[in-house]
Amino acid sequence: MGQIMSKLSKTDVWRWIIISFVGAYLLIPIFAMLEFSTRGAPGERSAEAWVAIPTFPKLLSSIFSSLQLAVVVIFAVVFILVPTMIWIHLRLPHLRRIMELICLLPLTIPAIVIVVGIAPTYRAIYQIFGSSPLTLSFVYFILVLPYSYRSISASLFSIDTHTLSEASRSLGASTIRMISGIIVPNIKVGIMSGAVISIALVLGEFTISNLLNFETMQVVINLLGKRDAATSVAVSLAALVFAFILLAILPTSNRSRSSKLKSNKKTEVMYK
Amino acid sequence: MQTLQNKSKVISLKKFETNNLFKKIFPYLGVVPFALLAIIFLIWPTLVVVYGSFQNLEGGYGFGSLIEVATNEKYLNGFKVSIQLASYSAIAGSILGGLFSWAIARGNREGYFRRLVLAASGVFAQFGGVMLTFAFLATFGFNGMLTILANSFFGENILTDASWLYSLLGLVVVYTFFQIPLMLIVFLPAIENLKPEWREASESLGGSNINYWFRIGAPILAPSFIGALLLLFANAFSAYATAAALISQGAPIVPLQISFAISGEVSRTNPGISKALAVGMILIIVLVMFGYFKLQSKVSKWVKS
Amino acid sequence: MSEEFEVKLIELSKSFGEVKALNNFSLEMVKGELVALLGPSGCGKTTALRALAGLQQLDSGKIIVHGKDITDLPTNKRNMGMVFQSYSLFPHMSALENVEYGLKMRFRKVSNAERQKKSKELLDLVDLSSHMNHFPHQLSGGQQQRIALARALAISPNVLLLDEPLSALDAKVRSQLRDEIRRIQLEVGTTTLFVTHDQEEALGIADRVGVMKKGVLEQIATPAELYDKPKTSFVAEFVGLTNPIEGEVKNGKINVLGQDIQVLPGSVSAGKAKALIRPEAINLTKDSNPNAQILTISFLGSMLRVMLKLNDRTQVTAQLSNFDNINYRIGDKVTLKINPVPVFAKEL
Repeated sequence: MGQIMSKLSKTDVWRWIIISFVGAYLLIPIFAMLEFSTRGAPGERSAEAWVAIPTFPKLLSSIFSSLQLAVVVIFAVVFILVPTMIWIHLRLPHLRRIMELICLLPLTIPAIVIVVGIAPTYRAIYQIFGSSPLTLSFVYFILVLPYSYRSISASLFSIDTHTLSEASRSLGASTIRMISGIIVPNIKVGIMSGAVISIALVLGEFTISNLLNFETMQVVINLLGKRDAATSVAVSLAALVFAFILLAILPTSNRSRSSKLKSNKKTEVMYK
Repeated sequence: MQTLQNKSKVISLKKFETNNLFKKIFPYLGVVPFALLAIIFLIWPTLVVVYGSFQNLEGGYGFGSLIEVATNEKYLNGFKVSIQLASYSAIAGSILGGLFSWAIARGNREGYFRRLVLAASGVFAQFGGVMLTFAFLATFGFNGMLTILANSFFGENILTDASWLYSLLGLVVVYTFFQIPLMLIVFLPAIENLKPEWREASESLGGSNINYWFRIGAPILAPSFIGALLLLFANAFSAYATAAALISQGAPIVPLQISFAISGEVSRTNPGISKALAVGMILIIVLVMFGYFKLQSKVSKWVKS
Repeated sequence: MSEEFEVKLIELSKSFGEVKALNNFSLEMVKGELVALLGPSGCGKTTALRALAGLQQLDSGKIIVHGKDITDLPTNKRNMGMVFQSYSLFPHMSALENVEYGLKMRFRKVSNAERQKKSKELLDLVDLSSHMNHFPHQLSGGQQQRIALARALAISPNVLLLDEPLSALDAKVRSQLRDEIRRIQLEVGTTTLFVTHDQEEALGIADRVGVMKKGVLEQIATPAELYDKPKTSFVAEFVGLTNPIEGEVKNGKINVLGQDIQVLPGSVSAGKAKALIRPEAINLTKDSNPNAQILTISFLGSMLRVMLKLNDRTQVTAQLSNFDNINYRIGDKVTLKINPVPVFAKEL
C-alpha cells in the first residue's frame, strides 16, 4: 500500500509542475495585458485606457461589425452547412468524401493564400453588394468549415441518423420537420461547439480583412496599436476574456456526451 | 381516334421521362447553396492563384514568376525562415503541449478545471496574432511588465533590449504561445484513447512504469504525436497576423512577403510573384498535411480494435 | 499459516464514497480450481478480482497467495495473468508479440529462444498459431480473447484472473469460448478466478461458484449445490429460473397448491411465504380439479415451455420434457402438480 501511495504522489507532483509551467507561459502574458492597460501615474493603477475605449469611434463600429459578422457566419453554418451535411448523410452518401475534402481544404489553403486569389472576386462583390465588411461573411464561412464540419460530423456519427430519419418518416413527418425537429436537436452539441469556434475565429480574423482593406475589429486594433498601445491592449484583453467566457459556458463538451452514448451502446450489446 | 390515343400515349411517356429525370436531380438540388459558396470562395480563388502564378514580368505567361520565386535569394530566404519558424515553434509546442495534454488527461474528465482549460485553449489557438502580439508586447516589449520587473531586479539584462521580440527568436516564442493550446486540442484525444486496460495488462504481466511507457504508451502515441507535430507546423507556416502585427523586419517570412507583393510595388510590375509565392506555400503545406492524414488513418485502424 | 489454500482473501473491505463495494469479503481458493464470482453489476465481484490483481486498493483486509502475504505488493510483482472484458490486447503488436510481452520483462530472465518457443506453444494451445503475425484489429473478438488468454498464461501465473472475458462477445462465440477456456484451464492447471454476471457461464464451467450481492458473499458452493440448495432467496432467484407461488409454512413444510413440500434451511419458518418452484419441478395432468389454465406453449425441441395462469392469477412457467407426449392446447384447464423436492420459501 505504501509503495502505491508514493507512486501516486510522484506523478501528481510532476503533473502540477507541468501545469504550473505551461500555465505560467500562457497566463503571464494575459496578466501582463491587464497590468499594461491599467498603468496610471507611477505606483498607481488607472482605468484610463479602458475608459477611453468608447471614445475611438472606429473601434466601436469595428467591434460591432465583427460581432455582426460572427452572427451572419453562425447563421450560414446553421442554415446552410448543417442542412447540407444532414442531406448528404441521408440522401447522397457517396458525396460525403468529397464534402469532407472540401471542408478540410481550408486547412491546407491558408488565409494568406486565399486572399491572393480572392481579390478579383471581392472586386466583383464590391460592385454588387457594396463595401460593408459584412461581405466578408462569404469567405469567413469557408474559413470556419474545417472546425464546424468536424464537430457537426462527430455528432452526426454518434447518433443513428438513418434510424431516426426512417422512424420519423414512418410516423408521417415531412423532410423539413424531420431535419429540424428530430435530427437537429440531437446534434445540438456539435452545432453549438461549431458555432462557438466560429465566433472565436471570426472575432480573431485579421489576414483577409487586413489585406482586403476592411475594418474589422482586429484590423482596427492593429491600427490603434500604433497610436495608443494601452487602449489597444485593453480591447484585446476584453475580446479574449469575452471569447473565453463564451467558450466556457456553452456546452461544447462533445466528447463526454458522445462517450456516454457510446458506453450506453456497449451495455446494450452486452445485455443482448 | 387512333392518332388521338397515340398522342396521349406519347405525352404520358414524355411526362414519365421528365418526372424520372427530375427525381434523379432533385436530391442534388439540396447541396447547391453550399456548392456555390465552396466553388466561388474556395475553389475559384485557388485556381486563380495557381493560374496567376504563371503570370510574368511583362504581363505575359510563362514560368518566370515561379522560377524567380524558386531561385531569388530573397524569396528562398523567406521560405527558409518560414520553415525554421514553423519547425521550432512546432517542436516546442508539441513537447510542451504534449506534456500539458498528459497532465490534463490525468485529471477529472467532467471537472470544471478541464473545461476551463479546454475553453481557454480554444480561444488561444484561434484567436489571432494581433492580440497575442499585444500580449507579448505588454510582457516583453520595451515597456513590458517583465522587462520592467527584470530591469528593476537585475539592472541591465537580456530582456532590457526588447528588440529580440522582433527577431526570429521572438516570433518562435510568440508562436509557441498558440501552438501549445492547439497541441492540447489535437493531442488530448489521443492520450485519452490510451485504454487503462493496456496499462493494467502490462502491469499484471510484470511490466514497470518505464516498461509501459517505453514499449506501449510511446509507440501507440507516436503516430498521433507526429501527426499533431505536422499539424502544428502547417499552422505556424500559414500564420500571418502575428508577424504583420510585430512588423518583423528581422524575420521576413513568406506570408509577409506575399502581403508586400500584393500591396506594394511588386504587384504592379509582376503580379505573378505573390501567386507564385502562394503556390510555393501550398505545395509545402499539402506535403505536410498529406503526412498528417496518412498518420491519422493509421491510428484509426488501431483504435477500432 | 496452512498452505492448503492457494489463495486466501481475508475480510476485504473497500468503499467508494457511500457505496460499500466490498464488505468484509472473504474467499479461499484451492490450487488448480476454477472459482466463479457471480452477481449483478455493482455487487463487488470485479472489485474483488482487481483487489487480488493489485489494481484496486483496499480499505482493509489481507490477501495471501501460496502462504505469502501480498496485500502490499504492487501489481507487477504478483505474477497474476489477467484477461479483460475488452481492449485486452496491445493494438500495435502482433498476436505473437502480445503473447511474448510478459516474457520480455528482464527480471524473468528468459532467453530469446525459450521465449519464442513458449509463446508459440501457447498459441498452439489456443489454436491460433496460424494468426501469430496478425494484429488485434485483424482478429475477431473471440480470437482476441484467446490471444489474451495465451498472453496471460505465458508468465506461468500463480493465479489466472478473468474479468468478464466473454461479456463483449456474440452469443455463439461466447458458449464456444467458454468451454475452450475451461479445457485450457484444466490442461494447464492454474488456479483461476472467473468473474461474470451470466449464471449460465458460471455454473457451466466452475468448480465452485460464489454468488455476491452488495459486497458480500452470499453463498459459495458447487454449481449443483447452489442450484438445489440455495441458502438465501437472492441466490435461489439469481441462479436458475424460479416460480414464486404463495403458500403457508408450518413445521418445516410449505403448503402450496394443496401439496406439502419441505423447505430449505434459511427459508421463512412460519406463516405466509412464497415457494420458489423450479420450472422443471412442475408436472401437468388433466383431472376433475384443475388449478391452472394454459396461456402459451413454446416448442423448444427437446422441451416444452408452458406458461400457465393459476386460479389466483399468478403466472407460472413450467418446463416439460417432450417425451411425455403431452397433447395440451392453449386455453386448456389442467392440474399442476409439484415434484416434492425441497424448496426455498421467501418472504412475501
